Amino acid sequence: MNRSQAKLTQGIDWPIVGLYLALVIIGIMSIFAAEYRGDDNVWMDIIHPGKNYSRQLIWFSASLVLASVIWLTDSKLFTATANLLYVGGLLLLLLVLGIGKDVKGSHSWLMVGSFQFQPAELTKLCTNLALAKYISSQETDFTKLRSRLIAAAIALVPAGIIILQSETGLALVYFSFFLVMYREGLPGVLLVIAFSGIVLVLSALLVDRTILFIIFTVITALVIYFSRREIKRKRSRLAIILGVYAFCGLFVMFIVPFAFTKVLKDYQVRRIEVMLGKENDPKATYNTRQSMIAIGSGGFWGKGYLKGTQTRYDFVPEQSTDFIFCTIGEDFGFFGSVIFLGIYVALLFRIIFVAERQRSTFTRVYAYGVAGVIFFHLSINVAMTIGLAPVIGIPLPLVSYGGSSLMTFTMLIFILLRLDADRQMVLR
Amino acid sequence: MSVFNQPRKRVIQMIILGMVILIITRLFFLQIVEKKYAKLADANAVLRKVVYPSRGIIYDRQNRSILGNDVLYDLVVTPASAKNIDTAYLCNILNIDKEEFRKRILTAIVKNGRVRQSVFAPLLAPEIFGKLQESMYLFQPGFELVPRQIRSYPYSAAANILGYIAEISPAMLKDTGVYSSYSSGDYLGFTGLEKTYEPVLMGQRGIQYLVKDNLNRPQGAYENGEFDSAAVAGKNLRLSLDIELQVLGEKLLKGKSGSIVAIDPQTGGILAMVSGPSFDPNLLTGSNRSANFSKLYTDTTKPLFNRAIQATYPPGSTFKPMIALVGLDEGVITPSFGYPCSGAYYGCTRPIKCEHHDPGHAANLRLALSHSCNSYFSHVYRLSVDAAKFGGIKVGGMQKWADYMNNFGFGHKIGVDIPSEGRGLVPDTKYYDARYKGSWNSCTSVFLGIGQGELLLTPLQMANAMCIVANRGSYYIPHFVSSIDNDNTHLLDKYKVKHDVAHISDTAYSAVIHGMTDVVESGTGRIAQIEGITIGGKTGTAENYGFVNGVRTKLKNHAIFIAFAPAEHARIALAVIVENSGFGAKYAAPIASLMIEKYLKDTISTKRQPLLKSVMETVTLDASMLAKSHLDSLNNNAVIKKKKP
Repeated sequence: MNRSQAKLTQGIDWPIVGLYLALVIIGIMSIFAAEYRGDDNVWMDIIHPGKNYSRQLIWFSASLVLASVIWLTDSKLFTATANLLYVGGLLLLLLVLGIGKDVKGSHSWLMVGSFQFQPAELTKLCTNLALAKYISSQETDFTKLRSRLIAAAIALVPAGIIILQSETGLALVYFSFFLVMYREGLPGVLLVIAFSGIVLVLSALLVDRTILFIIFTVITALVIYFSRREIKRKRSRLAIILGVYAFCGLFVMFIVPFAFTKVLKDYQVRRIEVMLGKENDPKATYNTRQSMIAIGSGGFWGKGYLKGTQTRYDFVPEQSTDFIFCTIGEDFGFFGSVIFLGIYVALLFRIIFVAERQRSTFTRVYAYGVAGVIFFHLSINVAMTIGLAPVIGIPLPLVSYGGSSLMTFTMLIFILLRLDADRQMVLR
Repeated sequence: MSVFNQPRKRVIQMIILGMVILIITRLFFLQIVEKKYAKLADANAVLRKVVYPSRGIIYDRQNRSILGNDVLYDLVVTPASAKNIDTAYLCNILNIDKEEFRKRILTAIVKNGRVRQSVFAPLLAPEIFGKLQESMYLFQPGFELVPRQIRSYPYSAAANILGYIAEISPAMLKDTGVYSSYSSGDYLGFTGLEKTYEPVLMGQRGIQYLVKDNLNRPQGAYENGEFDSAAVAGKNLRLSLDIELQVLGEKLLKGKSGSIVAIDPQTGGILAMVSGPSFDPNLLTGSNRSANFSKLYTDTTKPLFNRAIQATYPPGSTFKPMIALVGLDEGVITPSFGYPCSGAYYGCTRPIKCEHHDPGHAANLRLALSHSCNSYFSHVYRLSVDAAKFGGIKVGGMQKWADYMNNFGFGHKIGVDIPSEGRGLVPDTKYYDARYKGSWNSCTSVFLGIGQGELLLTPLQMANAMCIVANRGSYYIPHFVSSIDNDNTHLLDKYKVKHDVAHISDTAYSAVIHGMTDVVESGTGRIAQIEGITIGGKTGTAENYGFVNGVRTKLKNHAIFIAFAPAEHARIALAVIVENSGFGAKYAAPIASLMIEKYLKDTISTKRQPLLKSVMETVTLDASMLAKSHLDSLNNNAVIKKKKP
């Protein structure tokens, strides 16, 4: 590797850089639109230090500096320090538990001078690196159950601490690492089980328990009836079927109600119930309803940039952070929203393409991790603004206002670019 | 390897595409198929109306409403639509000039922008509202009248307990933690019960969407109210307070500065809490709120200062029962212990005078208490703190004594459910070490034995100590709210816990209680007697000092009386303080006695009406202070204003 003689940008994956810049710029423009008032002087306001978009501009500049620094480092640094960063990240999370600051009910912020900083964002990066390091190490045989459990633990320990900080939304993001593990050989049946789990939870919440019990019993009876020949051949089949039946029953009757009354916070339960249309709580429905009005009023072509009335007059809460998609939906309509989502899909597919061309497992695992995290954020965030998911406070990657989030995603992507540029090397 | 995993890559891509297609489908329905969202956003078609919830009502122990809601109107403006109207006429009705009109419109634009409503004139006085309502059609659609609830106090009493509400300040709105659910223009409790119970009283605002016709008149619910959220009324509070007792207390303290605190020892529920002189809480509602507030704030009699929980006094002789309890519990005296007082205590360098000379007036604890012998309690105090088993006063004696006092609820906030409670002061070893640089002994603090010296208590603490004596060692944290309707909070949990303190023997309490009933039977507090009720009490006349023209001067004594009744099974315990008046027996005891009679017998007997009248007419406030005070005229105005509509 003799970079000093070669071109400085040699090996950089320009499509990803382009998509990255496009999203950040759309983000800043949307934050501007969310804060813009008709009477404001636009040019005066661009340099207004008290507004979110000018702060986001500063964060963007800082991100570019950070990106350049990452580009200039050696790839081996990331493999070498992955575990160290992971442990450091965990310590930081524990530190927040102790001396963190409460912001809107979540105890996940650190004050550094006058800056607020959310370590739960940063640890996504640490976790991704550590996971890549573990799976790619020569001692790891990912077909073994033990290795899979260790990998799951690496992903879920930070999530556990983050739940203690009352940032359930960010904790859920860590489940996106299972997508990576699936790619690396976790049996596909787990995806099916996870999906059935979601269906079970939803049905437990939506359908009356007695009816559900009858449905389960009928299904089990039918399954036994149709597989009676196999059961005759192999008695253990019956045990398995009855076991699944018993588990589903227990799950729906006891585990879900227990989680809802004891584990989840009141407001979280309410949000989920609102999303399912079960409860009509004014405060919980308000955000979703206003955001749906804003997006729905966009129509096909949208109202035009800076012309949205709902987002501009503060009807939508949190509109430069978690509900930033409202601005896009209202100003640019269905047409703009589809193009916007298209940019994300292009970025995700490009990252997967880059992942598949690697020689080293480390980079491939890392790349899938980046894709998984972005995908999870994107789907939960957008689904939330259109009433498909409960209100979970996680930002739209690269677009939402927030320094911790923008910096973290910048680092995630530029470390990937750095690793990809060195794809001829075998990194462990 | 890469080839082997190809299908997995495809599966992941499919998951991503599937999710995005799901989102796009939803967007398609939301943005293109469904038209009602677009219409909701159209301010010309659908009117978005905020519905304010009614604030919780407060009831007294007999379920009489003592704090309710009235409706006044705000004039609100939407600057963008406020064009082509008769500005001069509007200004005329509102009594403002054109300059002021322009300024308010500008403020509204700065605050909320052109298309949103802002308050133009808040809480219109009834006569302005009447005029405006007749000609409102001239100013629509830019201007509108919006009903607004204000608080009303039918009994014109309990101002300092109930507190007041006011509009949220910009500084509070910026605080996203505590006040995140409030919007500009919201009202919230600033003091008293309104503040402590804000979360349950406030309720939740709702939103209504109404279809408008081409003249901007609302024509009914949009989409059958599918998008509306109903306002949720605040929860009602039920107090242990007896409003009639409270009103009587406020009358009794008229023309005096002082306080009355009456507590039910069985529950800790406060029956009355008076801070005199008091003001009519209706002064702090409606359109004159801020003007009245500044008048009350600057008044020489300090009516906004809740003396019952914020003021601290030396308890004087009313402290002697506590001294006796400590002495008995430490075993330094027994109930039969006597002291040969001959008119003064000579144990320390400076003699402490006693009111009695006759030998035998302090022959035992009962006699000493009923005669309030200074020598006796100075001596008992010194015996307690110098007791050998604690290694003397500096090693453990003083601290042990201070610990007893802290157990009795002195020297720290007790935790009543209204804000700004005072701590008082109980001096301990650290205090004297700091103050006298290590060179002090029991003579330095001997005045504590007669409730003077550094010791300072709030009236609430004194009344709570009476609960402890009456209950023989236990109390509930004094509180006003006995229940909240449909309560799902834990606000009241701490008031349901019985606190056992100091663990002093029953015989010690019996001795002290006998002494205190003797005080009213045959001692210094005979004036407090009520037919058929045994009262335990103690008089006190507390010396106090203040700064007059910068010089520390001895002021007229505070009259203090503490009591509980009936002595066998107390249902009321109270402390009465009349500042700078004179003897406790003369000024405070009659007030306490009348309060007890009213609460236990429901009326004041005809025989005692003259006493009631004379107490109400007694004025102890300084004449020069009264001359500068506007409180009476303010209170009278409030009453007149209320009777008119």
